[in-house]
Amino acid sequence: MKRSRFPYIVTGAVLVFFYLPILILVVDSFNASRFGGAWRGFSFKWYVRLFHEPAIWTAARNTLFIALFVTFVSLILGTTSALALHRFAKTRLQRFHYTLIYTPLVVPEILMGISLLMAFVAAGVRLGMLTIVLAHVTFCISYVALVVLGRLQDFDFTIIEAARDLGASSWMATRRVLIPMLAPGLAAAGLIAFTLSVDDFVITFFVAGPGATTLPIRVYSMIKHGATPLINALSTLLLALTFTTVFVSQRLSKSVALEGGQ
Amino acid sequence: MAEFFEFKNVSKRFGSIQAVDGVSLEIKRGEFFALLGPSGCGKTTMLRVAAGFETPDSGRVFLDGRDITDLSPNRRRVNTIFQSYALFPHLTVRDNIGFGLQIAKKPKAEIGREVEAMLSLIRLEDQADKKPDLLSGGQRQRVAVARALINKPDVLLLDEPLAALDLKLRQRMLIELDLIHDQVGITFLYVTHDQGEAMSLSDRIAVMNAGRIEQIGPPAEIYEAPRTSFVAAFIGDTNFLEGVVADHPEPEYSRLRIDGLPDVMVYNDKQIADGNKVFLSVRPEKIQISRDRPESKTKRNAVPAVVEDVIYLGPTTKYWVRAGNHRLQILRQHARFFLDEKPIRWKDDVWVFWHGDDGFMLERFRRDDEKLVAAPPQKVGDE
Repeated sequence: MKRSRFPYIVTGAVLVFFYLPILILVVDSFNASRFGGAWRGFSFKWYVRLFHEPAIWTAARNTLFIALFVTFVSLILGTTSALALHRFAKTRLQRFHYTLIYTPLVVPEILMGISLLMAFVAAGVRLGMLTIVLAHVTFCISYVALVVLGRLQDFDFTIIEAARDLGASSWMATRRVLIPMLAPGLAAAGLIAFTLSVDDFVITFFVAGPGATTLPIRVYSMIKHGATPLINALSTLLLALTFTTVFVSQRLSKSVALEGGQ
Repeated sequence: MAEFFEFKNVSKRFGSIQAVDGVSLEIKRGEFFALLGPSGCGKTTMLRVAAGFETPDSGRVFLDGRDITDLSPNRRRVNTIFQSYALFPHLTVRDNIGFGLQIAKKPKAEIGREVEAMLSLIRLEDQADKKPDLLSGGQRQRVAVARALINKPDVLLLDEPLAALDLKLRQRMLIELDLIHDQVGITFLYVTHDQGEAMSLSDRIAVMNAGRIEQIGPPAEIYEAPRTSFVAAFIGDTNFLEGVVADHPEPEYSRLRIDGLPDVMVYNDKQIADGNKVFLSVRPEKIQISRDRPESKTKRNAVPAVVEDVIYLGPTTKYWVRAGNHRLQILRQHARFFLDEKPIRWKDDVWVFWHGDDGFMLERFRRDDEKLVAAPPQKVGDE
């Protein structure tokens, strides 16, 4: 029987629809032409120009600083949250906790952005780097908690008891056994948090104050002033960063899955 | 000699389940002590209380005269071998074994020396740098033993350590554990549901059921002189007979009147007065079976019976016979050549007989325990 071509056509169309614009953007970032469209030869000049743009540098530094800080904080909070969710899974309090953790994943971003903005204003917090970090942590915790929770499901806690039995204090057992064994999962969760923080636009847009511009916001404001090829170059760099972290995070998850399967 | 490891009236409840119900135990220094019982009898909870993973609701635990009830697991000179072994998968065999000493911040040279000694005790020198995942079940078990013993605990707790191994390996590890116990001289508290393991390894056994201890004693005493119907039925197999004490033809022997059987003589170590109801346990292998009526003796109980089933088991043969309204199981060697050298067959009229000392009066009898005894095969549509 001849196999239907239909699934291939649909798959191909979806891939083209998703990735062709990105591909065009990447190619265009190397286009010497000022206005895109026609190819005027390969050039790095937009990248060079980008590096001489102080506003971009500030935004990049802000983004990186925020992302690192957010990753650190949400890893700690998300992991402890996952431990509580796992340890006391059956209690009513933890079922409520789980709902709270799950909510940011389904609440529309714009709603979160507005509500966070209103909360900050009501509390009299000055908008800036701090508010961005707080806002990012609120949704990054959820992703970290759910990734780590998944790892904990097949973690044998007898191993922690064994460590305690052999003389390790509760902190020692955590440091010498729990954390090393969870490390691949923690790294994957951390990279997800990092990526989310770097890429976030909507929520950041609401809670960012003057002087606290991140790269996505910079890109947006540059577009408002007309699409310069600089945006293509900047977007390509952002894209490269995101893809790398996603790739590494997937590799780590895969090695965890393989070890678990043995 | 002062008791070394002691549980005093320990109770522990999980929700609606009373896991351990007022258990007292005294274990001597250097003893190999087994907690034996079916799953859910509370033996694992006892072990977890001993290790410090559970705090009893009431009662105290003493180690070498010191109350350790509220001490956290890492502050007790007690180490555990877990059923799943719980080796650290991210550490090599060497680092697994050395874990306790590293935590205790012992000097590097000493750790190295001790680990090597342990590796040679468990004969795994050539596997020292592998991760536990690459070891066989028996090897992992030995690593777990070494990892616990290197800390020179006062007591080693073993939680069904052989349950995950196959039969032949289990038999080998049994011998190995016994040798290790002899070598290190540490007190072992061994939790198991396998009577064979408990019987062959322990100095003494505590049989547990439903959170309580039914009987404590050396293996032979537990088997030969069970005090309760549970012990009689859970360890080995037995026949229960219910009767009333008729009289005492001799000071130490009672004559029992059993419904549907001739009177039966029984050793009366419990000094039960005439007219009282008693329950008797008679082990299947203590009963003889013969086609001829045995010579009559004062303490010999001989009962006429009809063979209802013959089950050949290899080393032994099991006979199910009906005597009056009782069904008895009898275990004999030599199915074919016995006394008259004619094999006993289905529907044969036989005599079954046993000595008065081989029937054992039980202090406590529960109907439920009859279910633990082997049941006669069900006949379909016969008679």
